[in-house]
Amino acid sequence: MECKPGDLVEVKTEDENIIGILMPRPEILDPNILVIKLDNGYNIGIDKSKIKSITLKEPYERHETHKRQLKHNPSLPNVTIISTGGTISSKLDYRTGGVYADYTAEDFVEMLPELENIANLKAKSIMHIMSEDMCYEHWKAIAEAAAEELNNGADGVIITQGTDTLHFSTAAVSFFLPNLSKPVVFTAAQRSIDRGSTDAFMNLICAVHAAAKSGIAEVMTCMHASMDDESCVLIRGTKVRKMHTSRRDAFRAINDIPIAKVHKNGKIEYLHKNFRPKTNEIVESDTKFEEKVALITVYPGMDPEIIDFYLDKGYKGIVLAATALGHVPVNGKHSLLDKLERARQMEIPVVIATQTLYGRVNPHVYTNLRKLSVGRGCIFVEDMLPETAYLKLGFVLGHEKGIEAAKKMMLQNLHGEMTERSEANEL
Amino acid sequence: MSFDYEAIGLKCGIEIHQQLDTSKLFCNCPSIVSEGKPDFMVERELRAVAGETGRKDVAALHEEMKQKHFIYEVFNESACLIDLDEEPPRNMNEDSLEIVLKVASVLDAKIVDEIQVMRKTVIDGSNTTGFQRTALVARNGKIETSKGKVNIPTISIEEESARIISQDADSVRYGLDRLGIPLIEIGTAAEIKDPEHCKETAEKLGMILRSVGGVKRGLGTIRQDINISIRKGARIELKGAQDLKLIPKYVEFECLRQINLLGIKDELKGASIIEEKTDVTKLLETSSSKVIQKALSSNGVVLALKLPGFKGFIGKEIQPGRRLGTEFSDYAKVRAGVHGLFHSDELPNYGITQEETDLMHNSLGLSLNDAFILVADSEDKASRALDAVIERARLCFIEIPKEVRKANDDGTSSYMRPLPGAARLYPETDVLPIKANLKEKFEIEMIDEKAKRFADSYKISFDLASMIAKGNFDFDGLVKKFAEVNPAFIAGFLVSIPKDLKRRHNVDVDSLKFADEVLGKLNNQDIPKQAIPEILLELASGKNIDYSKYGVDTSQAEMIVEEVVSKNKGASFQALMGIAMKELRGKLDGKKVAELVMKFMA
Repeated sequence: MECKPGDLVEVKTEDENIIGILMPRPEILDPNILVIKLDNGYNIGIDKSKIKSITLKEPYERHETHKRQLKHNPSLPNVTIISTGGTISSKLDYRTGGVYADYTAEDFVEMLPELENIANLKAKSIMHIMSEDMCYEHWKAIAEAAAEELNNGADGVIITQGTDTLHFSTAAVSFFLPNLSKPVVFTAAQRSIDRGSTDAFMNLICAVHAAAKSGIAEVMTCMHASMDDESCVLIRGTKVRKMHTSRRDAFRAINDIPIAKVHKNGKIEYLHKNFRPKTNEIVESDTKFEEKVALITVYPGMDPEIIDFYLDKGYKGIVLAATALGHVPVNGKHSLLDKLERARQMEIPVVIATQTLYGRVNPHVYTNLRKLSVGRGCIFVEDMLPETAYLKLGFVLGHEKGIEAAKKMMLQNLHGEMTERSEANEL
Repeated sequence: MSFDYEAIGLKCGIEIHQQLDTSKLFCNCPSIVSEGKPDFMVERELRAVAGETGRKDVAALHEEMKQKHFIYEVFNESACLIDLDEEPPRNMNEDSLEIVLKVASVLDAKIVDEIQVMRKTVIDGSNTTGFQRTALVARNGKIETSKGKVNIPTISIEEESARIISQDADSVRYGLDRLGIPLIEIGTAAEIKDPEHCKETAEKLGMILRSVGGVKRGLGTIRQDINISIRKGARIELKGAQDLKLIPKYVEFECLRQINLLGIKDELKGASIIEEKTDVTKLLETSSSKVIQKALSSNGVVLALKLPGFKGFIGKEIQPGRRLGTEFSDYAKVRAGVHGLFHSDELPNYGITQEETDLMHNSLGLSLNDAFILVADSEDKASRALDAVIERARLCFIEIPKEVRKANDDGTSSYMRPLPGAARLYPETDVLPIKANLKEKFEIEMIDEKAKRFADSYKISFDLASMIAKGNFDFDGLVKKFAEVNPAFIAGFLVSIPKDLKRRHNVDVDSLKFADEVLGKLNNQDIPKQAIPEILLELASGKNIDYSKYGVDTSQAEMIVEEVVSKNKGASFQALMGIAMKELRGKLDGKKVAELVMKFMA
């Protein structure tokens, strides 16, 4: 009889009988091992070649868990949690040995009952996707779902997703919600939600406070301010970047300071006033976007033909994450100048942002920079992050055609993606 | 006091936890103790989460109820982002695993085909993650004891928890230096027959661990947990027994506790619990009890719980110096962090007068057979404390609760938390499973056998041989290499001389480090052995040594002795020896001097 994961089985090997629960085996691991959970809770792997027989002792019955209904309290603000997947909504996945997305907003409330005292929560799961797999269609769906919720009674919206590309999503959604009038708060988890130490708990609590009570009508992230479970920071969606592979406080405001700090007790501490205030305006989404935009990292020894590759594939815009002030190779066999000239001839805008992330590009300070700006018409985008520039260029080319029109819009500050002055903030 | 352990149905097994002397188990931090001012601190909270089965673990829920937050002291030298739960773990340290495989082999256990790392839910803050990583490495081993075979169903490898530095009602402060140090855990079957047998088994296992080597030594590096139950009783996990001598006492006192609790259960028939809390703050406002005054001065309250029919039972001793009331108070302490708990069986006392006690009885409407509990603290804490007491008191009628208890230094134990259920373990998906095995069966010579062999074959005292055997020396190799040197002297060089230098000069000398250099010179008779302590002292201070000052060549020595003999014609051999040794002490072996004196006398 075929035994399924979860069944209680007896495994007879050459020298012993082992009774335990048959566990699923991740597909990418050695298929010749059978994993059994012993009654002491430990799992052990048994070499299948030593197994003489496996008999079913008791089939597994899945217990349906009842999700509790979220209550409505008219005196509290309304917040919708839109979940998209990622570590914050992940459970163990026995197929890959990793984690998979399975949590919904009701699960968050189940886990954090105090959320119900902050706001009336509504749950909306619009996709189950890991953030590395996200692209335009997902950002579009998020922006549209957020607008719909805000126009239907939500005082604020929370979006949960994986952390890796969170800053791409926040930048995209910033551009897609041009006349935003209420908080759109992205939150996530760096530690999976199946462990007692997950950062998701405080991130979510602070995000609900921010969405329910803050007067900030911006797209922003709400993640740990430090390694302590003390407070989160709200960072503008166009100025935020994941700066560490794994720390809780990986998300940093680059060339900017956070808009506010949210303490876990709900206190919101505003750090400056440079944000749009909350109003009751209708929120419209504008998701016209050119997907054929490339983000290319510049490095010494790079092959200039990478530019040809994109031009030949019909790309409509290129962002170069250039070195420091905006340099790319301009002499010798790695020079990009001919390729950039070709792009200009084709009316393909080339945008220069910096791979140092911190600091501002400058189109004029060195001759080699002038070769790009004056000589090839490249668009230097101040202190805009390369990822933000990539999404902005997609958005701009969804609305404008040609280098000049693109340049004009790229250099127009739409959602705080550039600053006027370089303040000496901490790195 | 002693029991017929078979008759009371003792079931007893032990778990030995021994730290391994390698880097940490899932990161590359060294396993060292850090002291002084930490480089920085991190503050965290933990929550109970549902396990694989979708249920929250009872022990985890219990910790969550305490609502504590945790402060971690971090020294960069001994903890990294992995210890801080800020970076995923590395794969398991291979050196530590090899030590465990060797122990498994000595215990004749079967190594599992593929080791699966698990997460054991622990949310008392002692693990930053909220779980402890652990893996079952081998199964079905055994050891022989004087009372027969004891089976060893499990041998695991796991992470050590963080070290508690201090705690108060709201927070616990931990040091991360200890977190992640590899531990081998050896669990015996519940086949231990009596308290002495428990000690013997623990001793045997300790000896095996030290004989295999690669284990840490010193206080706190080995701990025994003892599992004890008696018929109709309950399984208790007694945590952290460090002193082997106390082990028999722990077993005996736990049997006593369970017998007494079963006795109370039988006699308690008419009693009951009134599950409401009465605020008696007003009545005790003027009490001279310090605990009450302290609580009231910070806006606290005094809450009372009525326990009809409990009179005499709460004050009943269940272990030396511990009463049923102590159990109640443990629950209140652990669950709510309160310290001021009184029960009527101990009153009047602690500043509460007879009048106040009577007043309590009257105003609570209790009769003489009834008892009550008072808790003084903030309203929230006092209320949570009484909830805990209610929970424990209820169980008095039903069963002995399954608990994890702390082994106290006097052989008794205190309540720590409920015994965790099976929902505690789920797969650690951040690391790969491991196929591991030793190439061949690992054989070792036990320390006691080794000591006997050294004593017999090298003709050294058994004491000295034991010290050598316990140390981490290749004594056989050294004896062979320095064949001209008496083995007893080599043994002394390794253990007695350093001890002596420590005592006389308070200098730590690792003589093994200098064995090749110093014993080599001795072996070639370049230096006299009398000079060795001084040479070691110099070496330990890091000096470059001019060995020529310690040795004389034979022609020089001959000249000196010849002169002594010729200047003191007619003197006795003893007298000449005395004068010659004055000149040559520390430079030439006495035996050699004697030979020369004889030569020139003739």
